[in-house]
Amino acid sequence: MILENVTVGTELPPLQLEPISRRTLALFAGGSGDHQPVHIDIDVAKARGRGDVIAHGMLSMAYLGRLLTNWIPQERIRSFKARFAAVAPVYGEPRCTGRVVAVENGLATLDLTVALADGTVTVRGEAIVDITPGTEKSCGSPNAAR
Amino acid sequence: MYINREQALELKLAPINVEVERGRLRLFAKANGETNPVYSDVEAARAAGYPDLPVPPSFLGNAVELDIPDPLSWMSAIGIDTSSTLHGEQSMVYHAMAFAGDNLTLHRRIVDVYTKKGGALEFAVKKTDIMRGDTLVAESYCSIAVLHPEANK
Repeated sequence: MILENVTVGTELPPLQLEPISRRTLALFAGGSGDHQPVHIDIDVAKARGRGDVIAHGMLSMAYLGRLLTNWIPQERIRSFKARFAAVAPVYGEPRCTGRVVAVENGLATLDLTVALADGTVTVRGEAIVDITPGTEKSCGSPNAAR
Repeated sequence: MYINREQALELKLAPINVEVERGRLRLFAKANGETNPVYSDVEAARAAGYPDLPVPPSFLGNAVELDIPDPLSWMSAIGIDTSSTLHGEQSMVYHAMAFAGDNLTLHRRIVDVYTKKGGALEFAVKKTDIMRGDTLVAESYCSIAVLHPEANK
């Protein structure tokens, strides 16, 4: 990705995920520290009136994080926001997309979306990234970060 | 039961000290399908100019503080039944990157409580300042939605 070419309308390469499995939710419970039963215990999910467990919202945000860091070095991300609009079910196939909606003072604002195969938008997000050329490792280098 | 806003805003939460573990970051990467070796292989991370495995962007949302005993006690402290909640929104403002091996101190407080949809939805917003020594690494905002189905009856 060439920073000079980033303009309003630039689209990030989309990230298509495999269907969310129960194994993924179990692994993510451990990795994220979110052990809430509604994500991993179908008995509790049913007792609470749900047909099945649901994916962690933060799993979708982690996918959006991958969308961003596939496109730009992480140290360029200034802010990152996700609004969880709908539940992502087991077997859902999230697709992450992003588009530049503003460029100002070397900062690009991105609209981010996670949607399922049926079009349901599960997450609407936003990130602001530094696209100033030549600031690679601005806060990632050992010297700058420590 | 609705949250007492004034009481919530004044709630004192003790700072939390956490050490970011490589194994935790590797499991996080495995769970979300991350294949970029920078996030799981220390040599790849160093080759990319990082001192150790970087903490990925969303990990600073709440994963960094959920691995403590009773991580949701801030909710029960203000009367939230954690079985009737949804994660409404999460946002982070980054000031520096964090890496495996970092010792971080998390300073948490509730910064807002409000209702929507005639009281059917109530939101509590917790802000966490993530510090490494005197360096502010990130500010993280977690918005929890509490469902009040009784409001529209």
